[in-house]
Amino acid sequence: MPAPRTLFSKIWDRHVVATAEGDATLIYIDRCLIHEGSRHAFQMLKERGLAVARPQQIVACSDHYVPTLNRASGVGGIADEKIRGMVELLEANTAEHGINLFGMHDQRQGILHIVGPEQGITQPGMVIVGGDSHTSTHGAFGNLSFGIGASEVLHTLATQTLWQRKPRTMSIRIDGPLGFGVAAKDVILAIIGRIGIGGAAGHVIEYAGSTIRAMSMEQRMTVCNMSIEAGARAGMVAPDDTTFAYMAGRPFAPKGSDWDAALTDWQNLPSDPDAHFDRSIDIDARGIAPMVTWGTNPEHALPITGSVPELGAASAEKRSEFESTLAYMGIAPGTRLTEIAIDRVFIGSCTNARIEDLRAAADVARLGRACVPASVVPGSTPVKRQAEAEGLDRIFTAAGFEWRDAGCSLCTALNGDALKPGERCASTSNRNFRGRQGPNGRTHLMSPAMAAAAALTGRLTDVRTLVRGG
Amino acid sequence: MEPFGVLDVIAVPIDEVNVDTNQLCPTRFNKVPRGPGYERILFHDRRFDAQGKEIAEFVLNREPYRKACIIVAERNFGCGSSRESAVYALHAFGFRSVIAPSFGDIFASNCLKNGLLPVRLPAEAVAAMRRQLHAQVGAHVRVDLVQQTVTGPDGAAHSFEIDPLQKRCLLEGLDDIALTQRYGTELAAFEARHRAAMPWLFR
Repeated sequence: MPAPRTLFSKIWDRHVVATAEGDATLIYIDRCLIHEGSRHAFQMLKERGLAVARPQQIVACSDHYVPTLNRASGVGGIADEKIRGMVELLEANTAEHGINLFGMHDQRQGILHIVGPEQGITQPGMVIVGGDSHTSTHGAFGNLSFGIGASEVLHTLATQTLWQRKPRTMSIRIDGPLGFGVAAKDVILAIIGRIGIGGAAGHVIEYAGSTIRAMSMEQRMTVCNMSIEAGARAGMVAPDDTTFAYMAGRPFAPKGSDWDAALTDWQNLPSDPDAHFDRSIDIDARGIAPMVTWGTNPEHALPITGSVPELGAASAEKRSEFESTLAYMGIAPGTRLTEIAIDRVFIGSCTNARIEDLRAAADVARLGRACVPASVVPGSTPVKRQAEAEGLDRIFTAAGFEWRDAGCSLCTALNGDALKPGERCASTSNRNFRGRQGPNGRTHLMSPAMAAAAALTGRLTDVRTLVRGG
Repeated sequence: MEPFGVLDVIAVPIDEVNVDTNQLCPTRFNKVPRGPGYERILFHDRRFDAQGKEIAEFVLNREPYRKACIIVAERNFGCGSSRESAVYALHAFGFRSVIAPSFGDIFASNCLKNGLLPVRLPAEAVAAMRRQLHAQVGAHVRVDLVQQTVTGPDGAAHSFEIDPLQKRCLLEGLDDIALTQRYGTELAAFEARHRAAMPWLFR
């Protein structure tokens, strides 16, 4: 009997091209995802006179810099010359090298981590890299997907391989039903709050357990998306019937006899029963409440029923961290989370801008009217169209939310959408780092339903009180 | 890439935990091409106020740290976004090594690709080194990649681990694309096997 292997090991083993000194391993890359930020990689490619080795295995999306308003005037109509330049540069670089681009006016356009799964480009068993740390999202389909910097994008473009060291493995098992009002975002924020922002560094996480099995693909993607916020190299979920049902019929998914062969292959990918993980953590889903962050990284997450930490209760090391964090956030120690007033709401990003996210937010938005500026930015143009077909856009606009075009928008504040200094935002995105949504902006991360609830009340709010209390 | 020699240089202590790449290079600078003035990007929103004036308290705005070439940092340095611009900004400022108990994985990979050595040492050793640097402002730290040692201001030497291939690439200033291209035969054989096993990946 061969030794039992994890999902990760099965995928790793079948992508080894060669090994070198130490434990350096040359692995094959099935797909590489890029966006406008690939400019440094293409610049280096040009300087070195290199060609793109496998252009048909590279996928490009215009997402980080595209406007989410007033698109009718086209790329040429983007007012800021430098922002326009980034969108045009990706168009030029992909055209020059024969790379498939989902550009601003493509009907399939959207955030790369939403387009890949939606189009069936993302498949089980693959190795996928992306010039973006949230490439971990794709692991929801049972593949190895991780973010890389420009030099590794260059290496991938030039060789379709990367030198890697085999990461360690970590099992996070979540069992039990999720409580009323508790979403996938709350699960991953609870995990990060528990293990810390560096808690999974050097590891690939496999999420397992009945809670994960019961999740839709959209929910699994939300969980895997934020693996990087726990420091993980990647996050993954074993493929199952939920995965296969989602994939069937997608434009780039295997067809006919290819589908049958692929399905057989994918069904053999899940970790063997006695496979060894370097670390294991068990979490009871029943203990997870709707979460919000209060500080400047995703580990600063607490149940909405809680209060900002008291400095006196913190360790000496944490004390200075908490002091500077609270000074930046403009919050007093001990403040009840539900007393924190917000200036703006953002519902969007590769974490939470899929159709289910918009449905969850709309279900809350229909209960009232936004009392602060709130914008909804679908993750892709197909998500936008589907939401409109379901009437979600009308629910949002009737409740005073702005309905926009697809892109990264205020998650990363590159396209001109940004917080003003000192502004406080309830956001469904993935990072609350200082300045992430604009210089001196303040971010509180939460689920789409919680963000919609905050829009209706103007403060951080336990969505369960709104929905139950009507 | 320039070959990595022995460093014996001014080191700056940065005590903050979880310094993310958004601090090293605020996102809006990702669209700036590399070139003169790039060093201003490093820690931009911590170093400069809204008018672009230096914030005197920030450690890199103080002498002698403007000439520092090593950062002695806290845990999880360089976490977050994969932006390599964070490393370009460190490099442009003059940094050639960061010593910390732990790093963001992607950041550490990006450093190695740009001739900047991330050194992992036990948290107590790094904390002691930062205390010494606070006490003796401008003290040197020595990093010897061949010997794989870091020597702090107190003269104590600490050994560190590094992957042999990464060490060779740094010492020789080796371009790893050129190295990979020597594996053309292996790659062709691999692709033939991979295509036969999973033909749907290549349609």
